[in-house]
Amino acid sequence: MKLVDLVDSLSLEVKTPGIDLKREVTGGYVSDLLSDVIGNAREGFLWVTLQVHLNIVAVASLKGLSGIVLVNNRTPDQETLKKAAEENVPILATTLPTFELVGRLYSLGLRCR
Amino acid sequence: MPVEFRADLHIHTCLSPCAGLSMTPRAIVERAASLGINILAICDHNSAENAEVTKHLAKKKGINVVPGMEITSMEEVHILGLFGAVEDAEAMQTVVYENLQAGENDDERFGMQVVANEADEVVAFNRRLLIGATGLPVDRVVDLIHSFSGLAIASHIDREGFGIIGQLGFVPAGIEFDGLEISPRITMSDAAKTFSDYLHIPWVTSSDAHEIEDIGRRTTGLLMYHSTFDEIRLAMKGTGGRGIVP
Repeated sequence: MKLVDLVDSLSLEVKTPGIDLKREVTGGYVSDLLSDVIGNAREGFLWVTLQVHLNIVAVASLKGLSGIVLVNNRTPDQETLKKAAEENVPILATTLPTFELVGRLYSLGLRCR
Repeated sequence: MPVEFRADLHIHTCLSPCAGLSMTPRAIVERAASLGINILAICDHNSAENAEVTKHLAKKKGINVVPGMEITSMEEVHILGLFGAVEDAEAMQTVVYENLQAGENDDERFGMQVVANEADEVVAFNRRLLIGATGLPVDRVVDLIHSFSGLAIASHIDREGFGIIGQLGFVPAGIEFDGLEISPRITMSDAAKTFSDYLHIPWVTSSDAHEIEDIGRRTTGLLMYHSTFDEIRLAMKGTGGRGIVP
């Protein structure tokens, strides 16, 4: 599944224009603890979180995640977006709460394995 | 009569991955001296390896350095441990290292972790994942700090990420914090309105400096008889005419 297709299907807002979204999403992971994502997310996963701190970009980059979706209309600060552009990590946003978003991702076939 | 000492109780050095490499012990001390700061607490993420060298350099400038550490709990709450002696900070560090998330630092992504000497030279690169979390819950971190005769202060409670209220919703009752820290992101008067539930715990405000120019952007005034750790403890409690002033 391509990230760009998920963005279209779920009307995700792209916070990082200019980053290529035609990348493969191999699964999904949900966590608001960065240490947990470092420990458990896998390469190519899409990460759903409400954390907007700069460190999310470093964690996503370290793990080779396909992107980050911020839920509940959370707004990342400029520093986070700047770092995301540097690290080529797509940041997306939705007004949906986590439960709703993940339900839809699951329906579209995304799994955590 | 107690006199007022200006304290910046939350400074990162080049050992913290997220701090600038210009944050060498020498540069920090020189900057603090130029600003007239009397007390600094060196609080790197999950490590105290630059505390002793900074303390030594600062002594020559008449600045009292409190060896400390900013510990990441299991819940990703940041807690400052301030200690009376480098040995106590090191004892805490041993426990923190034993409980720190496994993995090696990635210099490219998180930043370098430099242990420096008095001459600003690199002694070593700390390879641990200092940006990571320990497996210690908040209450255990606070108990451990106390077991090494330290002061436990909840870092930047106004910050959503890594602040105790952001991570846990509120400051849990029954955790014996010696203080709560307000970051430079919010004025003290706004903080007093927002966090009025917690005015019974002593408040400090500090720079949380990650770059040289951040040092001293917030300081806490401590009314004390001398500049010692025991006096800082008494000032936090407001004992014997001592206290915290804006």
